[in-house]
Amino acid sequence: MKTLAEMRKRALAGWQEFEQQSRPRVLIGAATCGKAAGALDTIDAFQEQQKKHGLDMAITQVGCIGVCYIEPVVAIGKQGQPTILYGNVNTTAVARLAEKWLLGEDPCADLAIGTFGNESFAGIPPLSSHPMLGTKPRSILRNCGIIDPTNFNHYLARGGYEGFEKALTRTPQQVIDEVKKAGLRGRGGAGFPTGTKWQICRDQPGDVKYLICNGDEGDPGAFMNRSLIEGDPHVVLEGLLIGGYALGAREGYVYIRAEYPLAVERLKFAIEQLREAGLLGKKILGSGFDFDIKIREGAGAFVCGEETALMASIEGRRGMPRPRPPFPATSGLWGKPTVINNVETLSTVPLIMRIGAEQYAQYGTDRSKGTKTFALAGKVKNTGLIEVPLGTTLRQIVFDIGGGILNDKQIKAVQTGGPSGGCIPASMLDTPVDYESLTAAGSIMGSGGMIVMDENTCMVDVAHYFLSFTQKESCGKCPPCRVGTKRMLEILERIKAGQGEPEDIARLEKLAQTVKSGSLCGLGQTAPNPVLTTVRYFHDEYMAHISERRCPAAVCPALITYEITDACNGCTLCSRVCPSNAITGEPKRKHTIDPKTCIRCGACYDSCNYNAIIVH
Amino acid sequence: MLRVNIVVDENRRQRSNIVEMTRCPKGDAVTLTEILDKYPKGDRGFLIPILQEVQESHGYVSPDALDEIGAFTGVSPGEIFGVASFYAHFRFTKPGKHTIKVCRGTACHVRGSERILEGVERELKIKAGETTPDGLFSLEQVACFGCCALAPVAVMDKDVHGRMSSPKAQRLLKKYEA
Repeated sequence: MKTLAEMRKRALAGWQEFEQQSRPRVLIGAATCGKAAGALDTIDAFQEQQKKHGLDMAITQVGCIGVCYIEPVVAIGKQGQPTILYGNVNTTAVARLAEKWLLGEDPCADLAIGTFGNESFAGIPPLSSHPMLGTKPRSILRNCGIIDPTNFNHYLARGGYEGFEKALTRTPQQVIDEVKKAGLRGRGGAGFPTGTKWQICRDQPGDVKYLICNGDEGDPGAFMNRSLIEGDPHVVLEGLLIGGYALGAREGYVYIRAEYPLAVERLKFAIEQLREAGLLGKKILGSGFDFDIKIREGAGAFVCGEETALMASIEGRRGMPRPRPPFPATSGLWGKPTVINNVETLSTVPLIMRIGAEQYAQYGTDRSKGTKTFALAGKVKNTGLIEVPLGTTLRQIVFDIGGGILNDKQIKAVQTGGPSGGCIPASMLDTPVDYESLTAAGSIMGSGGMIVMDENTCMVDVAHYFLSFTQKESCGKCPPCRVGTKRMLEILERIKAGQGEPEDIARLEKLAQTVKSGSLCGLGQTAPNPVLTTVRYFHDEYMAHISERRCPAAVCPALITYEITDACNGCTLCSRVCPSNAITGEPKRKHTIDPKTCIRCGACYDSCNYNAIIVH
Repeated sequence: MLRVNIVVDENRRQRSNIVEMTRCPKGDAVTLTEILDKYPKGDRGFLIPILQEVQESHGYVSPDALDEIGAFTGVSPGEIFGVASFYAHFRFTKPGKHTIKVCRGTACHVRGSERILEGVERELKIKAGETTPDGLFSLEQVACFGCCALAPVAVMDKDVHGRMSSPKAQRLLKKYEA
């Protein structure tokens, strides 16, 4: 059997050859987000240019580097020149890049985002000064968008499986101690100390134990795990190997959402590579450690992100939670001691083993160590995936990294933690992002979804949105959750429809307490959070809906009116798209909307090319 | 057993116009038996993977498939229906030729996905979860595809479309009507 050192040596040679090859390297971000932005067309366009000019180039599909707002993203490396990252690379841009840079000497600085490394080149700034890609340290996402996720050697060459190799030279207890010393806390949102969880499981009698990687990432608005698995699948598997060794488990599961087909494919492929390399199976690397990893795809139930529900789903049952204790660490999957860790938690473990707990813990705050990835989305300029040290403030994230609010509107709130979290108002933007501070603000850290909301976002509508989600996803086991969320939703529907009563806010708060205290699992215990935080911080907005029958953000259909302004040139498009025939007018003359027939669907507003329709 | 059949019959009655289509399609590339052969018999831990593979290959889980999977896994068809219907992914009627899924994640919501969904519903004259009478389109809403940075997002069959708008959604439907 080959040793890991031999494999790494060969991988390093391969990586060097890849980096320094004489033909240009074209790395195309083709994760799901890249594909949604048209990366497949970009690939076709490069292949066309290849044929057209007889250009010899190495086209490689890589994961997402994080700057989703300018996708499709392409990195081009010419021999002897710095590698340059380009954004918004559509087919026209491809033709230009091929002619000017691949065949010529002009690096097309106007299309460039930055150069890899720290030096600027031909007026192109280095990526280390880029607001999103220049955050330091970049350790969890370090391979995303850089390596070919289907190439085992790429991962190996960049320090992959070094952490696992180190772990094998220590006792399982020493590995657990290292993770404890690093202060790593669960990245799924609850923030339970990972080392402690491992210790409890390790201390259980019996030799059948399980380690499950929770890749259910059910929070709408979160995509950190998807991006990481698609861009660097081996780091998750290495985390599982180290965890399995520390726990004394011989079997690991990755439970992953079926909505992420590419991530599933990447993982399956990576597992096969591991098996071939002798890193899975019996007596791994000549040690006494046996381990195997299986994939289980979710089937579209949000509650399965909860650990006991997740295990029920793996066991082939309805994904309903059960009371704890017993905690999974003592009695979990098939009644055996089981640890369930989030994708990002496990992906951090190889790093801790490789660089050591002390170096890892130098970032972050006293109680929240290390870096964390966040999915930045909503009404912010730079949307995408970021990695920041814990303790960074929301203001730094939204304005320094996110570049501020779309169309320079006013920021209203930042939503963290998905349906279990809350909305933090603009006045509290200096809140540091760590487990305790976010909880104190009424929200939670959550898995890392961060949605920015501006003045055009209605907070009652946001509360209604999240509650309709949790209400639908409630498994129905606990009546306070099943019935309580329904009643709360009805109240919110009433308020949105302009039929709210002044007592409704107190009713919502009372119901929220019942749902929180009377539910078994995290879904019910946290479902009222979006309502409670919006009531707490945006009381005025609720009151405007209730007493003035007015939606200040002009979102709630029952409380808004569409109007055509003098900017209308009578193109007739709006009257053609109107499903209720509420718009009338002569061609080339200003049109009008009949508010009585208008169903407030917004079709006219969306289709007008002259911004002549306003809503208030 | 009996109760299951009642549930399934209820389904059939409700969707009487597509009852015939809910039969396991003959001459499929992969038959149910071929799928079941890949799994160990009587192990309920493979119940959901089996259901997923059946749906992937046949487009839905038919009442006949429920019976056969029940016989294979040793779990009653009633319980299997209970498990499968718990999860949003499983469908028990034949889907349309094309399935359009509109993402209703948070980022998509604040960027107007509700209007996009309503627009598609109006265009196809069906609600989310239904199939057009001509069997061309099925419409679904999905909690989140994780493409939040390109919100709003819609998925046609397996192609993800980012930065959607109502007019773009209309054009997308037109493209697949042919």
